[in-house]
Amino acid sequence: MPNFEAKPKEDVADIGSHYKSMFLKKLSIVNFKNYGQAQFDFSDRINCFVGDNGVGKTNLLDAIHYLALAKSYFNAVDSQNIKHEEEFAVIQGDFIRDNHPEAIYCGIQRNKRKQFRRNKKDYQKLSEHIGIIPLVMISPADSSLILEGGEERRKFINSVIAQFDRNYLENLIQYNHALLQRNRLLKDINNSETFDRDYLSVWDDQLTGYGQKIFETRKDFIEKLLPVFSQFYRTISGEREEVELVYESQLFGNDMQTLLKESLRKDLILQYTTTGIHKDDLEMKLGGYPLKKTGSQGQQKTFLVALKLAKFDFIKRISGMNPILLLDDVFDKFDHSRVEQIIRLVAENNFGQIFITDTSISHLKGILEEINIDHKVFSVSHNQNIIEAE
Amino acid sequence: MSLNFPSKLLEEAVNEFAKLPGIGTKTALRLVLYLLRQDAEVSESFGNAVIRLKKEIRECKICHNLSDSDVCHICSNPKREHEVICVVENIRDVMSIENTQQFRGAYHVLGGIISPMEGIGPGDLNLESLEKKVKEHKVKEIILALPTTMEGDTTNFYIYRKIKESGINITTLARGLAIGDDLEFADEITLGRSLVNRLDFESTLGGRKP
Repeated sequence: MPNFEAKPKEDVADIGSHYKSMFLKKLSIVNFKNYGQAQFDFSDRINCFVGDNGVGKTNLLDAIHYLALAKSYFNAVDSQNIKHEEEFAVIQGDFIRDNHPEAIYCGIQRNKRKQFRRNKKDYQKLSEHIGIIPLVMISPADSSLILEGGEERRKFINSVIAQFDRNYLENLIQYNHALLQRNRLLKDINNSETFDRDYLSVWDDQLTGYGQKIFETRKDFIEKLLPVFSQFYRTISGEREEVELVYESQLFGNDMQTLLKESLRKDLILQYTTTGIHKDDLEMKLGGYPLKKTGSQGQQKTFLVALKLAKFDFIKRISGMNPILLLDDVFDKFDHSRVEQIIRLVAENNFGQIFITDTSISHLKGILEEINIDHKVFSVSHNQNIIEAE
Repeated sequence: MSLNFPSKLLEEAVNEFAKLPGIGTKTALRLVLYLLRQDAEVSESFGNAVIRLKKEIRECKICHNLSDSDVCHICSNPKREHEVICVVENIRDVMSIENTQQFRGAYHVLGGIISPMEGIGPGDLNLESLEKKVKEHKVKEIILALPTTMEGDTTNFYIYRKIKESGINITTLARGLAIGDDLEFADEITLGRSLVNRLDFESTLGGRKP
């Protein structure tokens, strides 16, 4: 057993309260999804893309997502994001980051490696770019966090922790690897009818070593996430509902070693490992009951928005700058007061540049003018004509 | 790819070469034609080396290294410390450690490492003879020199469980920065571990005591 302990995590709340500014000044796209060519000059605060269904508002958010995370939010196959019957797509963005210009270039070509450049310099590895342009996307696709199985929620937890704790990701990779090996061994034992207790135990030791660390990190993280999340939820809902976010893990009752020992008989019959942190979940409750069953669509969506804003808060503290916030069709299914609360919330100085899509400007216009915040509205129409409205 | 061979013998030779890993038909043809151009002795000694290799090579009874005799030249060398045993995965690892010229003990070649997914279990490794050595001989130290992968690590665990009761000294290779590494290019896991397992500086001085 390696005696290598994870370094004590920095208390993310302790990092100074002065955040560097960061925003996208100009965007230019060629042959990306349904766009032939388009250019934008953005406000450093709020930008709205308004238009009917299917005109390509979300695609504009996805282009910005590409520049920040070197991939699409929706479609992992790069070539499928090129306009039909075209050979290549280009997305270019001029950012201002901590008062310095940053030119990000992304070129996609069919059957070729994706080109990704920062200030005209190619990256050796795309992962080096992650974190340069922090960004959080809130999209209707997030509902999978509520509707799908625990895997989606574990992915969410992992994606946030991995941003500030490199050891966590390594532990997770090792754990999953050991899990594969142990499951395979359980199958082999079943087929061969011989059973070497020591041989299984060494895999238990591996799972215990990594699993226990992952459990501690997750427990810590959820404890920190909860107050931030609750605060956002209360603000958006106007303090009307009681929400809970409960980290569920079998490791709360027993340590991993005991769990594995106790479930051995079951594991041998089912031929896979039935206990461990790979069964963890994040229970979402509203007024004491499961959100999935009792929450209205509007309440569920409020929950997700609050969760994503809590993620925003974490990334902001880690990166020391306000991430770009993309709100895709976020006001659908919200009553007027919640829309107003969200806009007021993100218009505060705690947020940076924001991109919003909506089918109609009516939701937004009144509020934006009332709170007197710098904003731009872009109307998108079916032939991808983009008109900047005043 | 099928070639049109003017000779059956040529075709046969090419097919044999093409069985080797990394060798395609075209490369095989080039090698065969090369041999054909050489003096008869060249291909004769080439063929004899291959035949004798499989017929006469043996596995050392003691350490499972490859050997020309029943006991390899390391195990039969009286100048080596036979009570210090370095456990390695395969023969190539023996050669790597021998090349360091830093080790004067003996070896034990496992012939693999544990990996259920590749169908390799403890029964497929030379473990019994290692346990026997620990029990019967005067072994002072076992050095675990297996890969730093999860499978290597797990195999270490397994061996440790089997021999810990003997009370002998069990050590493993140090894990940390490679010689000549810049810190900025070291991966975080390695660098982190180098910090946790840092060394007393004087122990790194070697003979250069001030």
